[in-house]
Amino acid sequence: MWDYSDKVKEHFFNPKNAGAVANANAVGEVGSISCGDALRLTLRVNEATEVIEDAGFQTFGCGSAIASSSVLTEIIKGMTLDEALKVTNNDIAAELDGLPPEKMHCSVMGREALQAAVANYRGEEWKDDHEEGALVCKCFAIDAVMIEEMVWANKLRTVQDVTNYTKAGGGCAACHEDIEAILEKVLKERGETFDPNAAPIEKPVLTTAKAPLTNLQRIKKIEEVLTSLRPQLMADGGDVELVEVIDNIAYVNMTGACSGCQMAAMTIAGIQQRLMEALGEFIRVVPASQMPSQLVNIREASHA
Amino acid sequence: MPDIYLDNNATTKVDRAVVDAMLPFFTEQFGNPSSIHRFADGVARAIKKARGQVQELLGAEHDSEIIFTSCGTESDSTAILSAIKAQPNRKEIITTTVEHPAILNLCEHLEKEGYTIHRMPVDKCGRLNLEAYRNLLSDQVAIVSVMWANNETGTIFPVVEMAEMAHAAGVMFHTDAVQAVGKIPMMLQDTKIDMLSLSGHKLHAPKGIGVLYLRRGTRFRPLLRGGHQERGRRAGTENTASIVGLGKACELAIEHMEFENTKVKAMRDRLERGIVEQIPHCFITGDLNNRLPNTTDIAFEYIEGEAILMLLNKAGIAASSGSACTSGSLEPSHVMRAMSIPYTAAHGTIRFSFSRYNTMSEVDEVLKVMPDIVASLRKLSPYWDGNGPVANPEEAFKPTYA
Repeated sequence: MWDYSDKVKEHFFNPKNAGAVANANAVGEVGSISCGDALRLTLRVNEATEVIEDAGFQTFGCGSAIASSSVLTEIIKGMTLDEALKVTNNDIAAELDGLPPEKMHCSVMGREALQAAVANYRGEEWKDDHEEGALVCKCFAIDAVMIEEMVWANKLRTVQDVTNYTKAGGGCAACHEDIEAILEKVLKERGETFDPNAAPIEKPVLTTAKAPLTNLQRIKKIEEVLTSLRPQLMADGGDVELVEVIDNIAYVNMTGACSGCQMAAMTIAGIQQRLMEALGEFIRVVPASQMPSQLVNIREASHA
Repeated sequence: MPDIYLDNNATTKVDRAVVDAMLPFFTEQFGNPSSIHRFADGVARAIKKARGQVQELLGAEHDSEIIFTSCGTESDSTAILSAIKAQPNRKEIITTTVEHPAILNLCEHLEKEGYTIHRMPVDKCGRLNLEAYRNLLSDQVAIVSVMWANNETGTIFPVVEMAEMAHAAGVMFHTDAVQAVGKIPMMLQDTKIDMLSLSGHKLHAPKGIGVLYLRRGTRFRPLLRGGHQERGRRAGTENTASIVGLGKACELAIEHMEFENTKVKAMRDRLERGIVEQIPHCFITGDLNNRLPNTTDIAFEYIEGEAILMLLNKAGIAASSGSACTSGSLEPSHVMRAMSIPYTAAHGTIRFSFSRYNTMSEVDEVLKVMPDIVASLRKLSPYWDGNGPVANPEEAFKPTYA
């Protein structure tokens, strides 16, 4: 059985806010394919203040899914929608005194249900922005999709590369066989062969800074890097614009010749590499077209 | 009431008589069976006796057909790897979609090395199509590996018949019988089964001891090479105490075979009948007319298995589930998926597996708490409304899946 914290057990055995809220005006329904878990979150939002007055959950799922749902409703009651949208899955997990790595997706499901409910309230359609794969690295909770994306984006060649870029495999090392299998597959698709003794590619500077960057510092640094890259892009008739930064994802617009260019994906990978070197932390660069829709609306509203 | 253990397909309690038989071999008769002194004096004899006890339970013709290993998984790996090494020109393996990971993951690995793996599907009751099987048999097949009884549903495969068919086609036949040995009678000498795996801890012997039955004359290549133990077919110093324990456990299994198929079966039947009568929207999975006497696997619709287990555990009852969460994998049990059980039911499957240590009053205790456990979780379920599932549950609740 899982090593659940007392908090998880408490919320599982005595769930708070179970059932649908009467007169709900926001509903979010999401599921996590990895566990077959699914959650319906219902909210009653005060239309004048946008404060969440009541929240209820209905969950088909395991102990930690039910506990995550329960604690989520407790966290967000009394918050405004904008405050609630800032709740991350890590906040949910932290409130439960942690979840086993295999169960972190339960907290992700909670955050997504919240986003979906807010989108529903605002008359928008919510789209999931991430794909979840089989858990490979249990020490740092890194899944196969994440590793595969990073191998593609950064032309990783060895297990050491993967560890440098994603942390996966940097703990107990038991997943190195699985990481090699991913490398073999991607390298084959790229027309190369996997060589376990290949020299690692140049390391990104992932030395953890003593104090993590504030979001403002992060945005400033990103802008600096983009400015330094701009001449090259403009030489090719294109440009890049920073749209939004959320956690460790930078959303950018590729414009001019870069827009729709077949090389856009490679350009984005290159920008990502430069940003990680400059920031000294992991960051993902994603086209703004893939930004969750309610965020687009927030941004448009704030620009208006 | 003391805790109730209904997870005997996962592992069993070591019988007191087995422990007693083992103890002298830790501190008194601890010598290496290969040594020639009084500390080893009785050890070789004790191993010989145990080999005979296993032979009798399996109905093997010769005691030299019994090879002691460390576990069921080692026996499975030895069997399959031996078959492909001994017949390097045969590049196909036949197995089923519902085997234990000990077989499936090995086959998946061999697939990467270029082997063709035929994984036979099962129908909604977990049964194989023997005509389809017959068509797969050819001189390209190195080995057929089919479990005797399924660990989740208890469904029994017709391995005796399937071994005959393989033999007629000149193909080796292995069966993973870790769930069947000790629960149903067998007489291997009357069959064409070439190899069989058993695991001690499933029949009240300790963990860490297994057996590979190897029919005399079957071409064989050892997995572990080294010393002359097990006639050179499995090198490594014998796990003497556990071998002695397994022998005793086999002797006890023969004594209790009738009990298992009458009294234990009656407990199982009472439990599943009681549950199906009291609780709406649940059903028994597998081939109801062809199952191990000790196993029932029940799908509770619209709720999830791990949550059920946590509430059962709180009530002092141990069982297991085919839900994804309990295994830490991405999918609910591959056995449930193979039987095309819908996700909303597959995630809510609970397996109760009995042993001769269970009692009828324990069955009554489970029947007392089960309805409330299921009801309390259904209260939380988006598929449930009041006293029944919502109308068109799959339509009424359609979450966005990541």
